[in-house]
Amino acid sequence: MLYAILCYHDEDQVGSWSKEQDAAVMKKLAVVQEKLAKQGRLGPVARLLPTTAATTLRKDDPPLVLDGPFAETKEQLLGFYIVDCKNLDEALDVARDLGKANPGGAYEIRPVGVLNPGQVTT
Amino acid sequence: MTDTAWIDAALTSARPQAVGALLRYFRNLDTAEEAFQNACLRALRSWPQNGPPRDPAAWLIMVGRNVAIDEVRRNKKQQPLPEDDQAISDLDDAEDEIAERLDGSHYRDDILRLLFICCHKDLPTTQQIALALRIVSGLTVKQIARAFLVSEAAMEQRITRAKARVADAKVPFETPGAVERSERLVSVAAMIYLIFNEGYSASGDTADIRSPLCEEAIRLARLLLRLFQSEPEIMGLTALLLLQHARAAARFDADGQVILLDDQDRALWNPKLIAEGLALIDKAMRHRRSGPYQVQAAIAALHARAATPDETDWTQIDLLYGALEVMQPSPVVTLNRAVAVSKVRGPQAALDLIEPLAPRLSNYFHYFGVRGAFLMQLGRNDEARIAFDRAIALANTTAEAAHIRMHIDRLMRDSERRNVKAGK
Repeated sequence: MLYAILCYHDEDQVGSWSKEQDAAVMKKLAVVQEKLAKQGRLGPVARLLPTTAATTLRKDDPPLVLDGPFAETKEQLLGFYIVDCKNLDEALDVARDLGKANPGGAYEIRPVGVLNPGQVTT
Repeated sequence: MTDTAWIDAALTSARPQAVGALLRYFRNLDTAEEAFQNACLRALRSWPQNGPPRDPAAWLIMVGRNVAIDEVRRNKKQQPLPEDDQAISDLDDAEDEIAERLDGSHYRDDILRLLFICCHKDLPTTQQIALALRIVSGLTVKQIARAFLVSEAAMEQRITRAKARVADAKVPFETPGAVERSERLVSVAAMIYLIFNEGYSASGDTADIRSPLCEEAIRLARLLLRLFQSEPEIMGLTALLLLQHARAAARFDADGQVILLDDQDRALWNPKLIAEGLALIDKAMRHRRSGPYQVQAAIAALHARAATPDETDWTQIDLLYGALEVMQPSPVVTLNRAVAVSKVRGPQAALDLIEPLAPRLSNYFHYFGVRGAFLMQLGRNDEARIAFDRAIALANTTAEAAHIRMHIDRLMRDSERRNVKAGK
């Protein structure tokens, strides 16, 4: 079963990491990802740009375009992983490994219903 | 990241909000800063054992406030505190209680006020910047002194003097009205731009030391944008800083010499910063409320979108500079426009455009550099030489001077070649 691991964190804090701190976190996360990739269990991974770059479209009639992210909360959706796991326990294990590499914030683990891996050329 | 690195990041990111709120309570910058320091010391003791609080800023505000109040009591120098703030000394449930209040609109004005205090109009810009970096960003005096290339003692004195002056300024602590809020926003945006420029205008040999100023300016711009998400000019400012900073790695060669835009290795431009900048300028333009930061960001965006110098849309850049001239008439803007004009309509049209600027830019390095370049393109080498000599005399950094000397060398080679051809 595919699980989405959605990464939530305080954006102010992540934005306060120095370049070195940021690189160190990414390096640790890469180790976890590599292990999953070798097992053929790692799907698309995304790190999103800051929520200040986000725009929200409310599907009202007519649709309403708003500046900023959908949810105004302290912890924001900053990225996600798609991982193939047998069950929730396994998905939680992956999230724990990721959490050790990058403490703080939270992961939301959600089973994936439909995944279209798509194709982008850039 | 180690535990302590995580705590450092949390303390840094909570700082503007926490010091801003503490300033509202105590109405005194020194007390607010000291309260924050004390709260940080407690955080360093408590967070590694108890784990991080859900809302670090709220924790620090409550603890900082309580410690300061206890201290006031101990010293029996009871200062009058705002009435709604009865001294609450126990830390239990501190977080829950204050988190609720912070969800309100207060903290936005707290941070804005804190930034606004730093851009007091009587302070010279260098003091405004130093103060903001110290108070809002929490950089140490040593770090700031290093970025400004002055001694720690000199910077300490500069900051102390600036603080004394803002203490007398009596910035109001009431929630500002809409007009006042937008005025504050304009001042604060200008100051953030200055911080960025301070880092951006560094020469090659100091770029590494000063680039933290650019990064800090970007952090503050993002912070401001999070507070005012629908302000197109703040989007424009943030976009402008991101797009300019994206080119940092390509702006100087290994010897610290300036590399002009046309000659830069565009593979060294930072694609992530460009993507963020382009997203922001796109968002800003949707509002159809243009302003100087948006126009400048739009110009930077056209450069960023060009994969090679030849693909640059100079016609559009010329138009944008024309718009900027209307919004913010300045000989420097016209000078920049002239570069676009030279690409679109040739060096003679560009030279005609800058000729009238001479009296106002007679001490401006870039005026003579640009003028020399146009003259050189027109083959008027003797006049170009005079302009370049003047530019060297006015150069602010060794990299600037070296860059002009490169042009002069090219002129000399040209004229030698011509002399050889002419059989002289």
